[in-house]
Amino acid sequence: MMEWVTVHVLEKYNFWIAMLIIIIGLTATIVKENLVKKLIGLSIFQTAFFLWVVSLGDVGRNILITWGLKTQTPPILWSEAAEKGYIYANPLPHVLMLTGIVVSAATTAVALAIVIRIYQNYGTIEEDEIIQKELEFERAG
Amino acid sequence: MDLVEHFPVLIVGLSMFLAYTMLLAGYLNRRLPFFMSLAMNSFFLILSLFILNHVLATGPIRYWQGGWRPPWGIEYVVDAMNAYLLVIVISMVILGLIYSRGNVRHEIEERKHVTFYVLVQLMAAGMYGITVTGDLFNMFIWLEIASLTAYALIAVAGGRALRSAYNYVIMGSIGACLYIFGVCWIYSVTGTLNFADMRLLLPLVYDNRAVQMGFAMIVVGVMIKAYIFPLHLWQPDVYTYAPSTISSMMASVHVKVMFYMLLRMFYSVFTLDFIRHYIGLDLLICWVAAIAILAGSIWAIKQRNLKRMLAYSSVSQMGYILLGLGLSPLSPWGLVGVAAHILNHAIGKGCLFMCAGAISQQEGLRDIRDFEGLGKKMPHVCAAFTIAALSMIGIPLTAGFASKLFLIVASLDAAQYPFVAVLLLSGLLNLVYFWRVIDQMYFVKHKGTENAAEVRETGKSLPLSMVAPILILASLCIIMGIIWLTNIPMPLINHILSNLRMGVTL
Repeated sequence: MMEWVTVHVLEKYNFWIAMLIIIIGLTATIVKENLVKKLIGLSIFQTAFFLWVVSLGDVGRNILITWGLKTQTPPILWSEAAEKGYIYANPLPHVLMLTGIVVSAATTAVALAIVIRIYQNYGTIEEDEIIQKELEFERAG
Repeated sequence: MDLVEHFPVLIVGLSMFLAYTMLLAGYLNRRLPFFMSLAMNSFFLILSLFILNHVLATGPIRYWQGGWRPPWGIEYVVDAMNAYLLVIVISMVILGLIYSRGNVRHEIEERKHVTFYVLVQLMAAGMYGITVTGDLFNMFIWLEIASLTAYALIAVAGGRALRSAYNYVIMGSIGACLYIFGVCWIYSVTGTLNFADMRLLLPLVYDNRAVQMGFAMIVVGVMIKAYIFPLHLWQPDVYTYAPSTISSMMASVHVKVMFYMLLRMFYSVFTLDFIRHYIGLDLLICWVAAIAILAGSIWAIKQRNLKRMLAYSSVSQMGYILLGLGLSPLSPWGLVGVAAHILNHAIGKGCLFMCAGAISQQEGLRDIRDFEGLGKKMPHVCAAFTIAALSMIGIPLTAGFASKLFLIVASLDAAQYPFVAVLLLSGLLNLVYFWRVIDQMYFVKHKGTENAAEVRETGKSLPLSMVAPILILASLCIIMGIIWLTNIPMPLINHILSNLRMGVTL
């Protein structure tokens, strides 16, 4: 049991934490009635995903333990690191997620703009009230 | 390096650059953005025809961005499938732009016209980008550009469109996030993002749970974007309330480009070996598609709003394309059906949505029950609608017949007989819901026919810029129906098959 916990939970704690936050975000997106709260849920979902991908850059953890090295350097080429054979973090996930953050910011901006228009149109941002008003409009023709 | 090999990146780069130039030019003159967009997209159409010609003559184009060799740099790969799709996308964007000239005046406020065309051009750039790219992360960026602009373009219509646009933002963002999630799972195992490189590295780790999980996430994410049946919930509202130009563009090419991503995943990143033997997805996909075909048609029968009916019909038609993809591991005809139906559905559904927009613009009618005697008031539009509807049903000598024929041949070839029954049954269901509209248009007597002349006077006649694209698409439905049955598309089909199936042709 302890071994299973060590292998699957403690050594992969970044996966567990990220997945937990992702589930929190998705639940908020699905359950909340308020349109802005839904968006906050979506942002949590995306941010947790970025967190997980950035943690993937930590490539050398297992190698560090086996080689008895203590440091994992940033991905910068300097002579000491090359001499001592330091392992450096994978820079690509960070770079990808930099783009991902931009995309997520753009999504939030577009969605918030739409929410503002919805508020101007319906006078509310609660989903059930909006649906109620739409039904009233339909009955009125 | 041949000059043609620079064309894919030129199309994408110039589209992006053009979009921002249009915004500046819009301050000088409000009409300028439309003409700039039309002129440049026509130029892109010529370039894409050169690309198609080059690809068919000498094989795939591989362009390394900035000279960085893959897998380090971003690579643009154009083979027969991309080039074919690129021509379709650019042509439909041009026709949509011409149609929008008369339509936006009616549906969108004057002060928003400049930004409307800028966003359309950006959406087009996103679609071109997805089509030509050979890199998984680059594909995500183009996907987001195409989606974000689509959210904004839907919301432009105001009113009910706002809530549907909001739903699409949430669903679309979850879909795109699942896609990039899956890509990162696979990246964590292989350490590469290039299609060709992944295809080489992945067979060693097909057993790996992370790879299988990543594949599942990509498939579900892309399926949300391409509204495959159980994941279509955002789509009917969006297509109903969006501006007609945008409904037509999204139904004809936006969703095809999304589906193309799925095709690339199946054939260029993973292999049929993985699909069939490691996760056993091929027949499952066929059954999902069969349910999508029938459910979409049945829901379409229940609708009274014309655009909503067409939206559900699109759900069912995407099922056809998915069925072709599901059958393709078992029979090469499946891919032929996919390639044929991508074009046939683009021209057919594009034409139908344009007709729906034209009818609501001239007569102000959206409900099918009010269409009595429309055939006399709007003869051209109604004739085009009828031809495109017959093509959707699959009457012989129309475009839809050819793709249905290919799919039926594929099911017979793969010995999956239930799908033949599904295809024939769905033809009948299509007939039911399209015939209802045609019946109202031509055969139901208009109650107030006495003052028909009066109606003609009060109704504003449609500008030529709206009728011309409708008629062009309707005539294409018949022309393509004949061309598909001849030998003319054979070189293209053989190139698509040999590129995607590693040398196995018909």
